[in-house]
Amino acid sequence: MGCNGLREVHVSDVTAAIKKLCVSANCNVPRETIGALERAVETEESPVGREVLKQILENHRIAREEGVPACQDTGVAMVFVEVGQDVHFVGGDLYAAINEGVRQGYTEGYLRKSLVNDPLFKRVNTGDNTPAMIYVDIVPGTDVKITVAPKGGGAENMSGIAMLAPAAGVEGVKKFVVERVQKAGSNPCPPVVVGVGIGGTFDRVALLAKKALLRPVGSHNPDPAYAKLEEELLAEINKLGIGPQGFGGRTTALAVNIEYAPCHIASMPVAVNLNCHVGPHETVVL
Amino acid sequence: MAIEISTPLTDEVVARLKAGDNVRISGILYTARDAAHKRLVALLAEGKELPMDIRGQIVYYVGPTPARPGRAIGSAGPTTSYRMDSYAPVLMEHGLKGMIGKGSRSQDVRDAMVRFKAVYFAAIGGAGALLAKCVKASELVAYEDLGPEAIRKLTVEGFPAVVVNDIYGNDLYEEGVRKYRVS
Ligand code: SF4
Repeated sequence: MGCNGLREVHVSDVTAAIKKLCVSANCNVPRETIGALERAVETEESPVGREVLKQILENHRIAREEGVPACQDTGVAMVFVEVGQDVHFVGGDLYAAINEGVRQGYTEGYLRKSLVNDPLFKRVNTGDNTPAMIYVDIVPGTDVKITVAPKGGGAENMSGIAMLAPAAGVEGVKKFVVERVQKAGSNPCPPVVVGVGIGGTFDRVALLAKKALLRPVGSHNPDPAYAKLEEELLAEINKLGIGPQGFGGRTTALAVNIEYAPCHIASMPVAVNLNCHVGPHETVVL
Repeated sequence: MAIEISTPLTDEVVARLKAGDNVRISGILYTARDAAHKRLVALLAEGKELPMDIRGQIVYYVGPTPARPGRAIGSAGPTTSYRMDSYAPVLMEHGLKGMIGKGSRSQDVRDAMVRFKAVYFAAIGGAGALLAKCVKASELVAYEDLGPEAIRKLTVEGFPAVVVNDIYGNDLYEEGVRKYRVS
């Protein structure tokens, strides 16, 4: 503890934590997701679908036991940091320390480097999977909570935003979300987890949808109205018939997670961000 | 029961495969993603030779993770195929018989499969750890500068895949979804 009740955290501890999380998240599919896949094997009606789900479970077991990434697309490193406001970082720049952790994790951990330096003209691989996509929030207290969520391109490319009129209501939201999943079809490697953001602004709603994916499969929004909407959307999506890998079946999505925020009187932004059945993320508290 | 097939694929084998069939592939797969396809198609346009003979062969759309020491390959599941749609018909015209990826193909690609008698298989997206177990050897063929997107020759045994598009114009994605859709 430093003076004035500040807690000092050395940025090298952040680097070490990020490095470990990058490797571990890619090899360990969250256990709530595994549980949902196991239940889906029991309920799926399509024989091809059941076979696919079994192979997916076998894959996730091999990945965990042998320390091999569950999917070869080890993604862009999404890094979410909640910093207690009484924390003082020492030893260097926090953002540089995070990127150093990603660099070490992806190069030393045999993960794929999937970033290009320039989106349009050069498109040269940066060679070490940096830069990470970093979001920092200031919260009360002295903890530093770090979440790494590697995000593959296949599912991310199927995202969408709509600036709906408030009059569109619940039906408008449902229609947009279900249509997004339908359009995505087999591309995001179903069964998927559907992250939905509602409210905020154009930029904020996308982040809400992404953060919704950090919630475990099977959890619900604490607001009962939104929790009910999550259930209804899941049921609607599973009527689409897309099924495991899009070969047809009942298990198109494992969960729908919604996060919402207040918004302007004239607006109702909605965003959809998809995760595949891998959808990795891991958290530590320093 | 899965159908065992091996490369190079003959017209007789290709003719037997129907959308929805489970197969286990043994033999050679050539890896290539968008960047490598772009170069291959450019070579063909200039009338030059390709770095490998694609006649009767299967291309696997994959960009694996780096191999740990002592292993043939890292995690190696399929990537989304539509990004190769604009290049695939030319390769089939030059004798390519199979493609492995995930996700549906354009009408152009499907027409080319009927015309040039080639099939499209899907492997399970996100099953990179499981599929890597079927890869016994991996050898660099071309374009090392592309990193994970370089062309590699993989020797595989019992590689699991499902026939999505056959030479008769069938499409498993369309048929499967139609069957289970509740309207
Ligand atoms: S969508 Fe997910 S499972 Fe599919 S290839 Fe991308 S990261 Fe892998």
